Amino acid sequence: MNTPANLKYTKSDEWFDAASGKAGLTDFAQSQLSDIVFVEILVSAGDKVEVGTPIASVESVKAAAEIYSPVAGKVTAVNGELAGAPETLNSDPFEAGWMIQVEGADAAGMLDAAAYEKDCEGRAH
Amino acid sequence: MTYIPHSPNERDEMLKTIGVKSLDDLFDAVPKKYRFPKLDLPAALTEMEAADLLDELAGANESTHQLVSFLGAGMYNHYIPSVVDHILRRGEFYTAYTPYQPEISQGTLQAIFEYQSLMTALTGMELSNASHYDGATATAEAVNMAFANFRGKRRKIVLSPAVNPQYRETIRTYTQGMELSVAGDDANADLLAGPEALLPLVDRDTALLIVQYPDFFGRVFDYTKVIEAAHAQGALVCIAANPTALALYKTPGEMGADIVVGEGQPLGLPLWFGGPSLGFFTTLKKYVHKMAGRLVGETVDSNGEKAYVLTLTAREQHIKREKATSNICSNQGLLALGSAVYLSVVGKTGLRQVANLCYQKAHYAAAELSRIPGMGLCFSQPFFHEFALCVGKPVEEVNAHLLEHGILGGYDLGKDYPSLNGYMLVAVTEMNSKEEIDMLVEVLKEAVHA
Amino acid sequence: MREPTIFELSSPGRTGVTFPVSDVPKFDLPDDALLRKELPIPELAEVDVVRHYTHLSHYNYSVDEGFYPLGSCTMKYNPKINEDTCRLPGFLFTHPLQPIETIQGNLALMFEMQEWLKEISGFAAVTLQPAAGAHGEFTGVLMMRAYHKARGDSKRIKMLIPDAAHGTNPASAGMLGMEVVTIPSDADGNVDLTALKAACDDRVVGMMLTNPNTLGLFDQHIVDVVKLVHDCGGLMYGDGANLNALLGIVRPGDLGFDVMHFNLHKTFAVPHGGGGPGSGPVGVSKRLADFLPAPLICIQEEADEENPPLYGYETPKQTIGRMKAFHGHFGAIVRSYTYIAMHGPDGLKAISQYAVLNANYLMARLKKYYRVPFDRICMHEFVMEGRFEGTDIRALDISKRLMDYKFHPPTNYFPLIVHEALMIEPTETENKQTLDSFTDALIAIAGEAQTNPDIIKTAPHTTPFGRMDEVKAARELVLCCWLPENLPD
Repeated sequence: MNTPANLKYTKSDEWFDAASGKAGLTDFAQSQLSDIVFVEILVSAGDKVEVGTPIASVESVKAAAEIYSPVAGKVTAVNGELAGAPETLNSDPFEAGWMIQVEGADAAGMLDAAAYEKDCEGRAH
Repeated sequence: MTYIPHSPNERDEMLKTIGVKSLDDLFDAVPKKYRFPKLDLPAALTEMEAADLLDELAGANESTHQLVSFLGAGMYNHYIPSVVDHILRRGEFYTAYTPYQPEISQGTLQAIFEYQSLMTALTGMELSNASHYDGATATAEAVNMAFANFRGKRRKIVLSPAVNPQYRETIRTYTQGMELSVAGDDANADLLAGPEALLPLVDRDTALLIVQYPDFFGRVFDYTKVIEAAHAQGALVCIAANPTALALYKTPGEMGADIVVGEGQPLGLPLWFGGPSLGFFTTLKKYVHKMAGRLVGETVDSNGEKAYVLTLTAREQHIKREKATSNICSNQGLLALGSAVYLSVVGKTGLRQVANLCYQKAHYAAAELSRIPGMGLCFSQPFFHEFALCVGKPVEEVNAHLLEHGILGGYDLGKDYPSLNGYMLVAVTEMNSKEEIDMLVEVLKEAVHA
Repeated sequence: MREPTIFELSSPGRTGVTFPVSDVPKFDLPDDALLRKELPIPELAEVDVVRHYTHLSHYNYSVDEGFYPLGSCTMKYNPKINEDTCRLPGFLFTHPLQPIETIQGNLALMFEMQEWLKEISGFAAVTLQPAAGAHGEFTGVLMMRAYHKARGDSKRIKMLIPDAAHGTNPASAGMLGMEVVTIPSDADGNVDLTALKAACDDRVVGMMLTNPNTLGLFDQHIVDVVKLVHDCGGLMYGDGANLNALLGIVRPGDLGFDVMHFNLHKTFAVPHGGGGPGSGPVGVSKRLADFLPAPLICIQEEADEENPPLYGYETPKQTIGRMKAFHGHFGAIVRSYTYIAMHGPDGLKAISQYAVLNANYLMARLKKYYRVPFDRICMHEFVMEGRFEGTDIRALDISKRLMDYKFHPPTNYFPLIVHEALMIEPTETENKQTLDSFTDALIAIAGEAQTNPDIIKTAPHTTPFGRMDEVKAARELVLCCWLPENLPD
């Protein structure tokens, strides 16, 4: 399981990069979902999101998941490439797999990498 | 004990293995007060007696094989080639479960894949699902899909008044909790107007425009321009189509439709007092993730052999639960197979013949009937195999007279359209001979001038 | 050994069933602009078609072939007589819009079926219109909504659904925009009463409960569950998927349920048809009767000395409307009518007694080899875990390996609250020898898990096809063997 130390995490498996303002789905979540075959980003640039606003819907060959915004702020960009290449979420969840970019957001209350890893281990059993 | 194979000895051995004394001891969890109610039902019949009873009930009907039928309005009396039921009666097909285990279900899976391909070809669309319950529910599911497509942001449906009234009722039932408005088919809608009359209603809040092809009155419109105009407002367009007509007319795909639905019963399925029949649903690839229902896709197995599986199942209720577009689970699998067999065995030639015979006979009937003084066609537009006929008298009265002569008259349009009191919807198919049509003309003459 | 598709078998110019030439004067077709140019439908001879579908049928497993222990699906034997009665010409060739005088046989049968289902379930009224179980559920939830609305009680939007429920339950509530509240199960597999109590308030539409639940357990506090829901003003929905355990045992209406759908294709022996058609009549208590979909079948004129009654249609006063075109899956209803007529009250009770006997027998024999998380007398089905200590074998592997022993696998991975669930429902129509061979196969697989796990992980080995590449299917999405671009210009 990959959990880059520079990112912050939620218990519902989203990551947020305070430096770039980007957010997405974690490596742990993509491995639990297995092969992802469909992604739909539910917000557009310009939308305001709160913590917990649904931002994307993801389907794999065996499961489905809603992705929620880990932060509050204004969406400045969404990743338009994902719809045509949902497998990116499996191969590169933290870089090419980003979902939305948010302006004016802070990561207060989110988990650091170590705490998130611990949480995942608890759930894997 | 009709279908229970246990001998008393076997039963006792099994009870012993479980560790209880009697069958009734297995039900201790059921509150005693309500346990083992005495059911007031008729005593059991043997197979021989049951066969007699059912014979008697079926015999109390007058079927379209005994009467001469000109009744359509959503279900049509067509010839069903013998092969269809021979295939459907194979236990390997009809006693199989949903093909969730593809290694031992390739028969069903490939048959449904072929059904999807045939419906795609017939409607001129890009893909088909594995079926809905009937034409009405397939149309209602088109509303669900359009609503989901716009994520609930567009909250209006425009519905042509010339869509089958039962479909329109079903849509209203289905959408009760969705807080959307349905416009276009109110009681004073102008039935003589073409589909263009709906366009002023189609706006930026409209998720879906629904029209029928041929429409409920049998009329055939080219919807190309209407669809273009609806698309300009960003709305989707659904065409509810008659599959027999699609053998002859321009496809909804060519006109630019986003969704094509309809009743598949004309494709080799019996009337069966209204069901089970078959709802077909075809659309474009870009909407596949919002479409309800099962879907069969091609793949390979572990030996690299081409094979089929249920695919994109995460869209469905058993995985997506309350977030699914629809709750559909059981569909009309066996009837989809029946339609695939029908299309295969009549083939391109037979299907064209059927459509052409329907067209010719209906036009002959319309020409002869409108010659009767006091009678006439309600609409002047081109039609396929059904037309609205003014009989100048209450249709119920006229139909009672026809029935005395062994004729099942057309549908009474006044039941759904107050402005069409005295109009009968006459359906003519390949099953109606010239002699039968001539008889209808003669008896109607009598009826009207009686 | 793949069978080509019907499109691959096509040969241009070949014909199958053809039709007579027209016997009326010729009428011109409309303008070319309104006609289609190509009709890309295959061209075959009748024998090609028969062989093709016969070949395909050989790739299917079916109830006629063998045991189908699919939990919650009730894959019982489908009596052959039903296939004959439902196809009697008087049934097969009647149009749904015929005048009632010409369809008294159909209406009499449907009226009696409504009465029989009322008696079996303890409900006040029944509609036969819904096309399948999920469709019946949707009908039921619509009526619950309409009931509250008619009383001006508009803030009720929460539907309580246990964690063990079928996916159709939350999906049905979701179709009406309701908020789904999941209620956990307790350590004995019953509804957790404390959690239920906490969720019950004046915003509750009702609760959707499968009883026996999907663990095969009859809720030991059912009376309390119903009371809690009723006390907060909610209605009780019963998912009839597991009714095969209850015929002549207990009537959901007597327990206080307000609405329940029947699955004629489970309990009442309508064949599953490779995925459908089903039939999902709905029964309701008195307070919901006015909301039933229209039309119902009624007696329009009572019988007198000379004439039988005249059957007709009626519309309930506050009907939710129509759920589909026409009157429901009549062909399925005739099959179930035949089935109930041949069972009578004692035969129906025997169905449930033996279904429950068979399930408990399997559980008693298997629990030494597989972990059964809720070890008490079950109803018509039970759930065990498809995993073994120290191996990475999963429920899916065991299921695939069962195919090599010529059995259809049980339901996998459901209910979601049991790890690696294998959900087994034998039904009453299987004999002891079949049940013994099935347990022997599962015991042999438990042995293989220790001695030769690979043979399980790579199963099946003896089926016509191996495991499928599901990722390829979903990513490439080939849904049709014909595409518009193949069409000649």
